[in-house]
Amino acid sequence: MTSWTRICRVDDIPVLGSRRVARAAGVDVAVFRNDQDQVFALLDRCPHKGGPLSQGIVFGTSVACPLHNWTIGLDDGCAKAPDEGCTPRFAVHVEAGEVYLDAVELASLSIDVQAPVAGPARRVLPIAPAA
Amino acid sequence: MDMRVKPRQKLVMVGNGMAGVRTLEELLKIAPGLYDVTVFGAEPHPNYNRILLSPVLAGEQTLDQIVLNPWQWYEENGITLHAGRKVAAIDRVRRVVRAEDGTEAAYDRLLLATGSNAFMLPVPGHDLPGVIAYRDIADTQAMIAAAAKYRQAVVVGGGLLGLEAANGLQRRGMDVTVVHVLPTLMERQLDAAAGRLLQQSLEARGLKFLMGAQTQELVAGDDGRVAAVKFRDGSQLDAQLVVMAVGIRPNTQLAESAGVHCQRGIVVHDTLQTVTDARIYAVGECASHRGVAYGLVAPLFEQAKVAANHLAQFGIGRYAGSLTSTKLKVTGIDLFSAGNFSGGGNTEEIVLSDPTAGVYKKLVLQGDKLVGACLYGDTVDGSWYFKLLREGRSVKDLRDRLMYGESNLGDTGHQGQNKAASMADADEVCGCNGVSKGAICKAIQDKGLFTLDEVRKHTKASASCGSCTGLVEQILMFKAGGDYSATPKKKALCGCTDHGHQDVRDAIRQHRLLTIAAAMQFLEWRTPNGCPTCRPAINYYLISTWPKEAKDDPQSRAINERSHANIQKDGTYSVIPRMWGGETTADELRRIADVVDKYQIPTVKVTGGQRIDLLGVKKEDLPAVWKDIGMPSGHAYAKALRTVKTCVGSEWCRFGTQDSTQMGKDLERALWRMYAPHKVKIAVSGCPRNCAESGIKDVGVIGVDSGWELYVGGNGGIKTEVAQFFCKVKTAQEVLEHAGAFLQLYREEGWYLERTVHYIHRVGLDHVKKKVLDDPANRKALWDRLQAALDGEPDPWFDFDRAGVDARQFGKLEMVKA
Repeated sequence: MTSWTRICRVDDIPVLGSRRVARAAGVDVAVFRNDQDQVFALLDRCPHKGGPLSQGIVFGTSVACPLHNWTIGLDDGCAKAPDEGCTPRFAVHVEAGEVYLDAVELASLSIDVQAPVAGPARRVLPIAPAA
Repeated sequence: MDMRVKPRQKLVMVGNGMAGVRTLEELLKIAPGLYDVTVFGAEPHPNYNRILLSPVLAGEQTLDQIVLNPWQWYEENGITLHAGRKVAAIDRVRRVVRAEDGTEAAYDRLLLATGSNAFMLPVPGHDLPGVIAYRDIADTQAMIAAAAKYRQAVVVGGGLLGLEAANGLQRRGMDVTVVHVLPTLMERQLDAAAGRLLQQSLEARGLKFLMGAQTQELVAGDDGRVAAVKFRDGSQLDAQLVVMAVGIRPNTQLAESAGVHCQRGIVVHDTLQTVTDARIYAVGECASHRGVAYGLVAPLFEQAKVAANHLAQFGIGRYAGSLTSTKLKVTGIDLFSAGNFSGGGNTEEIVLSDPTAGVYKKLVLQGDKLVGACLYGDTVDGSWYFKLLREGRSVKDLRDRLMYGESNLGDTGHQGQNKAASMADADEVCGCNGVSKGAICKAIQDKGLFTLDEVRKHTKASASCGSCTGLVEQILMFKAGGDYSATPKKKALCGCTDHGHQDVRDAIRQHRLLTIAAAMQFLEWRTPNGCPTCRPAINYYLISTWPKEAKDDPQSRAINERSHANIQKDGTYSVIPRMWGGETTADELRRIADVVDKYQIPTVKVTGGQRIDLLGVKKEDLPAVWKDIGMPSGHAYAKALRTVKTCVGSEWCRFGTQDSTQMGKDLERALWRMYAPHKVKIAVSGCPRNCAESGIKDVGVIGVDSGWELYVGGNGGIKTEVAQFFCKVKTAQEVLEHAGAFLQLYREEGWYLERTVHYIHRVGLDHVKKKVLDDPANRKALWDRLQAALDGEPDPWFDFDRAGVDARQFGKLEMVKA
């Protein structure tokens, strides 16, 4: 059974923009609003190199990843050809100007996906030959 | 409201070749579902790449490999394909086409893409068995079959097609003689010197030539098959296979029989509609546009784009003709020609001839422009010359180095690496994305790619920094032949429109457009709200053309500018405060250190531009970090003034002639917050030792004993470009005014994402000098406009609200507990 959790008002999301939704566990969810006031929700992670999709430019029903400009469909979470790969999509329900996400999905979907670790990549030292 | 579904219009295409199918592809891309499409093709094959018949004949590729759109493609796109059915008649009154077998199809619009026919010399015996043209798969298969059975072949015609046929037949073991009526080969693409070199190297491979020979008759043998070719001088050559490759003629028979006006091709307007009947279009080799029927692929693709645009009822595209280039597809022979390669008239020629090394190059110039090129033996720079030719820009400044090619223009990144032909498959072409030459070749072949754009999309090569673009173009040219369609003369801003950057700029200025929506509506944008390519460009044009009137649209800026910090690979940000002229104080350093501790910023680094970079800041911390640092934004993320690099100058240096640090601080204070088409970097050196590296900056200032020298258009980035001397002035105030006026001109005329060096290349340094140096009133007007635009411009880190930074972006939404 779907239990809708209220997230924000549609107006809280900029037109052709997005907001990030913090979850208790797992990567954030990005909620997008297009110029038709449609709202979409995707895992905030590009299938290419994990870029935060919430920070991309929204156009039509797509968002361009801010890291390497992959175009991801807002309605299906999938990269536009010839790129390949999809990011999980979350169910969205809009009623009376309020945005709702599915509580079950929020608590469970893709919580095992790792967010990129903040900070510099760990420097890997060459392995010394065994003495 | 009328709820009836409007029946879809019917589009019928006659001809299933490259031009026609490309038109359908373009149409499906921009207006899917607008038409029910029916295609008639005389050949029993799906659409294939005719250019690659030569490699098939030579045994380097198979037929399967050159299919562009398999049967399945037609099915998936709901296209009815009648392959192997030749259309016999068009009934323009009933709007129906009828095939030879009686199949009929009604149309609302008809697209003729009937291509061309090989021209057969009307000599006696031309219809004997064993005499064929070289045009399609059937011809190719006939030649392959003949090569397996017979020994001697004669190819009549020493043009592109004839030589490719001869090479293929020889590779399949035949003894081949090429018969040409003129004294040199490929006279339509090469001058005599290059033609002779070509003949020599083909002879060295075992081909035989009979030049200046006029074919009189083809003689039959006892079996009724062709046995010999007889010439006007009475001599004759034995041959069991004769290939006629003396030229092609637009296939206009069908159009003519339907009363459509033809004159060396089906005559079309700039919209590719026939002059006779607006419902009927013609593209490709069968069409005659402004008196020219093209026989190469690049123009056909340009035509396809315009025809599709018109069929999709956008109606804003126009075809204005094409420049063409040629490359012979004979493995191991490098040959390229484009434009007016033979010169004459009021042209000048630059020639390099080294017959022993087998290299010949000729460049033809008219005034300051390159109008033709003919290269033999070393065609590495063919694509570059072709680009210069198409763009029609002045090569005055390059003239002395033009012959030595693009790699001699100060290319550091890929110098010596740009011989596409000699690279091994494993060699890396695109250093950003790690794409090898082999991967690019494979994609070009397997996926049937023709344009740079397609290669970028499919392989990512040259899709990032772009420094390998030339190399990728060379590979494309090498692989797909000179037929590849590169950037057309006028490049559309992006896929959302056919208008180029200049059109958009002009419209915004002339029609006083103040919003992105207004600009898109005025210019009939194809997409509802553009894309990440056009929106930032339009946004820049609006705010630079109408400062303080047009409203900045944050959602049309990339994330770096929207959140005023630079996004990093893990989604954190880097923060670089502005340090005027590279100077700082103990107090500032202390605040920076405190911020690093307080927000646990993992990395602190000094940048290449004399600044301190705090890396790994979380987005939610950005506003607090800015506030605590208490220094203005360094705009290190923006298409705007970045850094003004300085040396210590006369204040400390024992060689310094001028106070470069103060000059740098003054410049930075005068120009900061200045948005531009691309990032802008400035440096000031106190003496000609040039410790601030002013020679590779957008504006470089060098102090000399008697004043300051100004340099413009330098670039230390993707491709190092040395700045050009601009002027010498006496006072610091003059430095500000000249540098500022130059940058304002660039702001007003530069295209989005065009660095100063590329802007100057496009418009010419003379133009810039005329506007800034020769016209003091205009210089002052430019400087005043810049000041007016920057006056009161808020700093996004201090004047958060006034700068319109959307605070909502930094925080996260919390789930509301029930």
